[in-house]
Amino acid sequence: MDILVFVKRVPDTESKIKVSHETNAVVEEGLNFIISPYDEYALEEALRIRESKGGKVTAVSVGQEAALTILRKCLAMGADEAVLIRDQLAETYDGLRTARIVASFVKKKFPQAKLLLFGKQSVGADNAQVPSMVAELLDLPQVNVVVKLELEEDRGVAYREIEGAQEKLAFPLPAVISAQKGLNEPRYETLKGIMAAKRKEIPIIPIEDIGIVAEDLAPRVAVVRLEMPPARQAGRVTSGPPEETARQLAEFLHREAKVI
Amino acid sequence: MILTYVEIRDNKIKKSSLEVLSEAKRRAAELDENAAAVLLGQAVEALAPDLFGCGASRVFLMDHPALAQYSTQDYAVALAALARKVNPRAIFFPATSLGRDLAPRLAARLGVALASDCTKVSVKDGRLEFTRPIFAGKAILSLTLSSSPQVATLRPNVFPLEKAAGQGEIVREEYDPPAEQPRAQIIEVVGERAGELDVTEADVVISGGRGMKGPENFGLLKELAALIPRSAVGASRSAVDSGWIGHQHQVGQTGKTVSPNLYLAFGISGAIQHLAGMSSSKVIVAVNKDPDAPIFKVADFGVVGDLFQVIPALQEELGKLRSE
Repeated sequence: MDILVFVKRVPDTESKIKVSHETNAVVEEGLNFIISPYDEYALEEALRIRESKGGKVTAVSVGQEAALTILRKCLAMGADEAVLIRDQLAETYDGLRTARIVASFVKKKFPQAKLLLFGKQSVGADNAQVPSMVAELLDLPQVNVVVKLELEEDRGVAYREIEGAQEKLAFPLPAVISAQKGLNEPRYETLKGIMAAKRKEIPIIPIEDIGIVAEDLAPRVAVVRLEMPPARQAGRVTSGPPEETARQLAEFLHREAKVI
Repeated sequence: MILTYVEIRDNKIKKSSLEVLSEAKRRAAELDENAAAVLLGQAVEALAPDLFGCGASRVFLMDHPALAQYSTQDYAVALAALARKVNPRAIFFPATSLGRDLAPRLAARLGVALASDCTKVSVKDGRLEFTRPIFAGKAILSLTLSSSPQVATLRPNVFPLEKAAGQGEIVREEYDPPAEQPRAQIIEVVGERAGELDVTEADVVISGGRGMKGPENFGLLKELAALIPRSAVGASRSAVDSGWIGHQHQVGQTGKTVSPNLYLAFGISGAIQHLAGMSSSKVIVAVNKDPDAPIFKVADFGVVGDLFQVIPALQEELGKLRSE
């Protein structure tokens, strides 16, 4: 089974985010970048499917050369191939633009792909748009926010998380699946994998070479402002016997904050 | 016109959809336009008056057996056909699991950009501007969309629900089921716990962290939740990663972002990725043994103490309030 896994380079979740008012962008200096955590679940799932059913796993990222690092990590974890679709634009927050790039790439280079795996959202832009948009552009079924996936030769069943329950869906392949935490526990790279990944060549495909029309590369999202959230003021802190602190807390909730 | 997609679950309109419609009504009024709503499903006409009561001047009704159950693909086809016909300025969805599944599929079908999970919509120079948290709330992005219609999902529990003594018109629309296509289909809804709210929908979130010490102690939080209406139990990443509670309860950057009226944090130190996911709560309360825990920097009310003593005492106090 030919499986594509789409991964994005994002700042580590422990990072403090700073924004520049001049560029209206996140300040990258000093940030530690990782593969977006949900994409790691997607990759792990792809590797498990390959291990049980055979096939090939290709990790794909859209972005600048800096994304080669996370593609190398994908190879070290066990992906067979990795490809960078080189896009010189930094974050556009426009999911449709990315989805069009991905869909053109799949049509042109991987029309035989059986499964397109994504993280449910990138940790950062938090858009959760690209998987559904790619599915629509390629006319494929989609299941998002998947916590359990069972595949057969040409169809599958996926459990998707919704508020307070799960939906169980049946779908034919090829299909688009986006991964949620809980789907699996991603493996660590092995030393052998890291060494092999270093030697592997990662093809870089310029965005101009995937058959996408220039008009579709113009972002339709304009950033007006990027700012820090309003800082919260630390409030009152109390200590003492639990009966007393609980009484003060209940009084605060009921009389002052009026939330209970 | 601003069109609101209305989500139905168990034959009822979800509160988050009424919040979205209320916001659509406010912004449409500012633009001198109307708010409308769309109901997809089977035998859903009886729900229309609730929508007139939240500001819809028209309710587009697509009532068809093929729409009885939610399907991303079929619903996107139906909504795209309606959008092309009535040409709204914008289409708003609730940023629920359904809205976040459907809106991008529709946007791609219409070839337009999407603003996800907005927490503010404003009108600037006759145009809509969307504001949304990124990095789970570590930064706030304001944007405009240059494609039309402008599609956006709006976060639950953020926009005030406003009732109006409105009247309106039901507009019946034909639905043409598409030819047989490869599609994902819901075959079952599993693990549903009646009456249990998701952390993203609850008015009060009661969360536990590493200080809970083990899975068995989450029962304490559930007992507390039983005393507080519209509440749900949440958790920090370390509690989830230790296997103490399911990941669907996780609040933070690799979990859910919540903005309840009240967030109660028990034994949560306040890692930066957790603070990102809950700092937009209206009121924050923290109980922690460590007076230096970062959570106290964002808490409106903090208790330095042993949560295993504070929770039972708090239960008693809440019991007293109830009997008042």
